[in-house]
Amino acid sequence: MLLVVSSLLAIATTVGIVLSLLFESLRFFEKVPVTEFLFGLEWHPQTAMRSDQVGSSGSFGAVPLFTGTALISLISLLTAGPIGLFGAIYLAEYSSKTVRDVVKPLLEILAGVPTVIYGFFAALIVAPMLRDAGGFMGIGISSESALAAGLVMGVMIIPIVSSLSDDVITSVPKALREASYSMGATQSETITKVVLPAALPGIVSAMLLAASRAIGETMIVVMAAGLAANLTANPFAAVTTITVQIVGLLTGDQEFDSPKTLAAFALGLVLFFVTLVLNITALRVVKKYREKYD
Amino acid sequence: MTDSPAGSSLDTKAAAYAALLRKRYGAETRFRLYGILATATALFFLGAMLISIIVIGHSAFRQTFMKLDIFFDPQVISANGKTDLNTLRTADYSALVKSSLRELFPAVKDRREQRQLFGLISRGAEDSLREQVMANPGLIGSKSEVWLMASDDMDLFIKGDITRDMPEAERQLSNLQMDWAGQIAARDDAELRFNTAFLTTGDSREPETAGIWGAVTGSFYTLVVTMVLSFPIGIMAALYLQEFAPKNTITELIEVNINNLAAVPSIVFGLLGLAVFLNFLQMPRSAPLVGGIVLALMTLPTIIIAARAAILAIPPSIREAALAVGASPMQTALHHVIPLAAPGMMTGAILGMARALGETAPLLMIGMVAFIADVPEGIFDPATVLPVQIYLWADSPERAFVAKMAAGIMVLLTFLIVMNLIAVLLRRRFEQKW
Repeated sequence: MLLVVSSLLAIATTVGIVLSLLFESLRFFEKVPVTEFLFGLEWHPQTAMRSDQVGSSGSFGAVPLFTGTALISLISLLTAGPIGLFGAIYLAEYSSKTVRDVVKPLLEILAGVPTVIYGFFAALIVAPMLRDAGGFMGIGISSESALAAGLVMGVMIIPIVSSLSDDVITSVPKALREASYSMGATQSETITKVVLPAALPGIVSAMLLAASRAIGETMIVVMAAGLAANLTANPFAAVTTITVQIVGLLTGDQEFDSPKTLAAFALGLVLFFVTLVLNITALRVVKKYREKYD
Repeated sequence: MTDSPAGSSLDTKAAAYAALLRKRYGAETRFRLYGILATATALFFLGAMLISIIVIGHSAFRQTFMKLDIFFDPQVISANGKTDLNTLRTADYSALVKSSLRELFPAVKDRREQRQLFGLISRGAEDSLREQVMANPGLIGSKSEVWLMASDDMDLFIKGDITRDMPEAERQLSNLQMDWAGQIAARDDAELRFNTAFLTTGDSREPETAGIWGAVTGSFYTLVVTMVLSFPIGIMAALYLQEFAPKNTITELIEVNINNLAAVPSIVFGLLGLAVFLNFLQMPRSAPLVGGIVLALMTLPTIIIAARAAILAIPPSIREAALAVGASPMQTALHHVIPLAAPGMMTGAILGMARALGETAPLLMIGMVAFIADVPEGIFDPATVLPVQIYLWADSPERAFVAKMAAGIMVLLTFLIVMNLIAVLLRRRFEQKW
């Protein structure tokens, strides 16, 4: 009986998450309409702009947060995608066993490093370096640029892309490769024309999981990205993200009923929903398109 | 009818094929190079990160101390001649430090300049004098050489992080202070010592007296709560799902659920903790208890998945043998399956704990981010944890905190390396092939 209860705890946790997020979000949407939250372009939770405004303590248009999150996640995927994929191809197809045995655990270390350390690296090393490099080249790069946070986040998700891709690449059967070699294809032609298409669903799913991880990542952006909600696609500018705003809204003094704190739960609900959809899609892609080899 | 046209066309064809082959081989080499480049880039980032942490952080383990002649003036310590504990505790020890500094630089008369002079020594110095006098009241009335902690700015100067080339407005020490500090250094009255305070005290507003011990204890209490909750629950859940559960929609739902829960962003668990444990159940803010519960919920899926894999690895023959000699299914599970799966479960649990130790975001949500100078003494005391402490120092404007932060990261990484090593050793030691 005890055993059943403990395994039901996982369900209880999910239910708890969904209920608490939904409940607080509904209270938020009583004060601020859903449409303003989802489609509004102005995000100023702290300042009262006009006293007659909805919510009366600021405006809660979350679009700049969504675009900021998307921009930083995109940069991180553009970093981690090629590095992780080519790294996985090299380790699975080209490298000697000794190199593989040394490099693979080293890459796994990247996955085990606490995110606060990446935050330190992004905020104190990478961001100032980019700012100075930008100043040198005459480009204005903000010291809280999306580029710095995105790059370092990309480094963080390299192991997700590389280890999942590595798994699917090595699971492509040898017979496929040998058939290709026997037709005279070079190794790289075999990889790009035979192995990768066969492994594609797994790679797509790895990218989706990496995206989900990037969207939900908190510490790197809290330490390295900005608080100001700018609606821009410029990677050199400072943008803010959903997670940064959740932390910003909930740390420090708080009255629990103000729209300011409740907004954090609405953002959390969006975050939970988006990552859930990405994770489920990732699993679906693998299940649906996986080639069966016997 | 000559074969020269055919031959020449053959030649051009051969040449074209050779060119094509060269191109294909070129593409092959390039492709291979991309792979090497990608792997090297990833390793470069790892190396750059670790090296920058060590380069920045190592200086925080050493701290500048200054030699001062302190006269333990009975007039200042206890004007009425009493030496009971309360008098000694409340005495103004900063006056002793100040008069000693005044003696050292008698030319400094201006009040503003004097205040600058006092800025060279840490506020922690008076605490150190207080401790000495309380431990040995006989010191009162005597005069002795005492090594006292220098301020963070003086410390940066001695370590060479502040130089005269910087414009005066941008550095923490004024020209005057630089002169004095230079004189002190020239007399060998300042030296770098191992910074024991960093490893033994709690947080502080002053960089030179801020320590990591409070955060280490906070992390310890939090992880104890996490461990006590998530380890037994995780193992029981794994045991049920793997050994007893019927194959039906409910168990399938639980499985999908556990896998999804493992991928939920950690900050969402923090929101859950805030809404349910703090606001609904009214548990104390900032306490390791709540932090531990939240982290337990977060690591539970990881532990369940690892424990299930460990149970799955045990061959059915073991169970059948136990059942054949008359053991009940529960006895089989408790007496045979669990002991054999224990090393695998432990490995999973340690890795889950390592992840919980490095987690920051959910703890920010439940108020473990407050400034706490005292070392916590239990799971109900307000506390902070190692990664949150690092984050807090990152937010501080003073430059000396940067080194503290990198040093804090080094401490955190040390714990993580030790935990991972234990997990690897456990796996090596008890790994069985069936």
